[in-house]
Amino acid sequence: MELGIVAFVLTNVLVKGLLVGFVYAIIALGYTMVYGVLQLINFAHSEVFITGGVVGFEVFRILGPSPMNGYLKLAIALIAAMIVAGFLNVLIERLAYRPLRNAPRLVPLISAIGVSLVLQDVIRFLEGLAGRFNLVYVLPDVFTQRAFGVPVPFSTAIVPVQGKDVIVIVVAILMLVGLTYLVNYTRLGRAIRAVAQDRTTSGLMGIDANRIISLTFLIGGALGGVGGVLFGIFFSKVDPYAGTIPGIKAFTAAVLGGIGSIPGAVLGGLVLGLLENLIGVLNVFAQVPALGFLKSIGAEYKDIGAFIALILILIFRPAGLLGRNTTEKV
Amino acid sequence: MTTASLPPRPSTRPDRTWLLVAYTVITGALLVIFEQNLPTLAQSGLLTLFLASLYFAHQWRAAPWAKIAVGAASLLFVLPLVGRDNGAIFDLIIQIAIFAALALGLNIVVGLAGLLDLGYVAFFAVGAYLWGIFASPQIGRIYEGAAFANGINPNLFWLFLAVGIAAAAFVGILIGLPVLKLRGDYLAIVTLGLGEVIRVLATNLTVYTNGSQGITPIGSAPVGPLNAVAARLGFTEDQYNLFFLYFLVLLIVGLVILVNTRLDRSRIGRAWIAIREDEVAAQAMGVPLVRTKLLAFATGASFAGIMGVIFAAKQAFISPESFNFFQSIGVLSMVILGGMGSIPGVILGAGVVTLLNLNLLPALSEQLQATIPNLNPNLDPAKYQRFIFGVILVLMMLYRPEGLLPSVRRQIEMHEGDDGTAVPDSLSDNAARAANGGALTTGRNAEDALSPGLATREENDRSGEER
Repeated sequence: MELGIVAFVLTNVLVKGLLVGFVYAIIALGYTMVYGVLQLINFAHSEVFITGGVVGFEVFRILGPSPMNGYLKLAIALIAAMIVAGFLNVLIERLAYRPLRNAPRLVPLISAIGVSLVLQDVIRFLEGLAGRFNLVYVLPDVFTQRAFGVPVPFSTAIVPVQGKDVIVIVVAILMLVGLTYLVNYTRLGRAIRAVAQDRTTSGLMGIDANRIISLTFLIGGALGGVGGVLFGIFFSKVDPYAGTIPGIKAFTAAVLGGIGSIPGAVLGGLVLGLLENLIGVLNVFAQVPALGFLKSIGAEYKDIGAFIALILILIFRPAGLLGRNTTEKV
Repeated sequence: MTTASLPPRPSTRPDRTWLLVAYTVITGALLVIFEQNLPTLAQSGLLTLFLASLYFAHQWRAAPWAKIAVGAASLLFVLPLVGRDNGAIFDLIIQIAIFAALALGLNIVVGLAGLLDLGYVAFFAVGAYLWGIFASPQIGRIYEGAAFANGINPNLFWLFLAVGIAAAAFVGILIGLPVLKLRGDYLAIVTLGLGEVIRVLATNLTVYTNGSQGITPIGSAPVGPLNAVAARLGFTEDQYNLFFLYFLVLLIVGLVILVNTRLDRSRIGRAWIAIREDEVAAQAMGVPLVRTKLLAFATGASFAGIMGVIFAAKQAFISPESFNFFQSIGVLSMVILGGMGSIPGVILGAGVVTLLNLNLLPALSEQLQATIPNLNPNLDPAKYQRFIFGVILVLMMLYRPEGLLPSVRRQIEMHEGDDGTAVPDSLSDNAARAANGGALTTGRNAEDALSPGLATREENDRSGEER
């Protein structure tokens, strides 16, 4: 097998993997923040994020014919998705999680699964009223044009990068920087960290834990909304049931990096994005004589890769790549 | 736990022997008479009312002979009779029984051992594919032998019931070994993932499973004598298989209930409950954590395995779509609706959810489409299964986490702290106290509360009793 082809395939994996990885990272942040303050896997986050994707679709659809600048449309879509998804998340917390805060651990988790199912059908109902199910993004032309090419080493080939890919990375990085600033350098961020560390003691220090938890859900949901729009832009379509699998992958990313850790979620997302794109092209390497067995590993096995990564990481390093080891309190 | 927090014993309930008999006779007669002449929705309603007699037989205070008579007459006489003339209802009843067994299996894992398994249907798939591959032309395609062109000898069905149990238990252990060390919520996600892995494998290992096309036709066991009985009773030839499977399923559900009850009261059952309540404490008491959890996983899986074999024989067609995540959630909502850890509850849950899903909702949507011709297909009630499962899960968790027919132990646990007696967490401690009349003075006079000595004693009391 030629070196050039290998380099081309790997460069492709790198570019695609990083892009998908950033989308997963943004979604993973929603899981990790909520888990940080409540130790709850917010199962409904997958639907919160897909709600963002649906809102984004609606904005682009409604504004589609207007001659407005594409980037302005994007800004409107992002803000609308953040607001809707953020407040949806707050509402979910208020109705379905808060009354169960002192219940046995599995109870809020089951409630979260229930909320997730309810939301799937609610979204399907709302979009179905207009006869839609597969929501294909109507993107401005600027987004689909080629922005630049990534040169491939050892070869003359070039991996093209579209405008929308650049947008995904820029928006994701802006969000990450903003969130890091918010959590590490503001009063609110300090309050969130305090509640995550010890809810009772932070209460004694004058922090209203309920308010902080609501705000955490708001921030996590808003990030989910952004993630949904980016997901829609990147994959060009969403549907009401499309949230589950990326949701689980994003959760995997959060666990991979160390749940509760913000840089961990980003690292986990990127690793997972690269990993699953690598699995997707494994059968290309079946041409190498010693690797013939790879032939049967088709792109369908991408999803399995994420789950196997999750299991392996939980067995060998349950705290995640960047997490601290904690022993369970008695 | 003090006896004071036990729920009050129910007052002597009225004896309803004759009411029970009358109810069963009337609904049974109505069902038999009207089963074919009524619109589907009314039929479904009647069937539901009739099946409720089994629930009443369990719940009401009545003479034992009446309970046994109602149970036997319903299961052995009325339902087969109705099933003879209405194949759809027969199929539905078998499906309810299959789901009841599945739910009882999941009940061991979730209800007794407290391990949230979101990929339970994977074990069901193992059983179904096991019989599906061997009892269909698929095996001929795999081995290219003329001997297997139409699958193996159907008499091996009996052997495969056992093989299904073993295979599913083996897969359960295989899956369980790496993941059972994880804490509850991680376990949920990992089992969800593994359930998906099995589905993806079933879709992509086309050589063995025929991919998303599915496997068909799948054979079933030939039972000569039973067929003769069925023929005598007026069943048509294509119903013989259902007739046989109906009694087989009843038998197996009976066995499953027996096993479940015995396990619940055994040393293993207590070990499971101990793990559910507090892993660390259970370990300290000498319960081997991983082995006990594995046992729960394998036992639950084995129930699903045997039912998978039967499911394949009943459907004669299986495809990966029969075993998606959504099915696992369906079984989970049966367990939750009825009450985790409660055997009658779980069976009730299976009945209610299956009836709703496979019978009432489709009937309702058929009725709606007949009345409103231009009904928006989006409003079709049969499409709202996710919504209904979701609402069941959320509402049950919020308002009745112990389920409709709770086990006594579970009921006490879920309402721990309601009366301020047992509160493990310091935050909820304050909340419960506040709800109980405020501050630390509950049940004492103000003087006591102000005395530091007594306050300390109270702390000691609490940590001595409840922790």
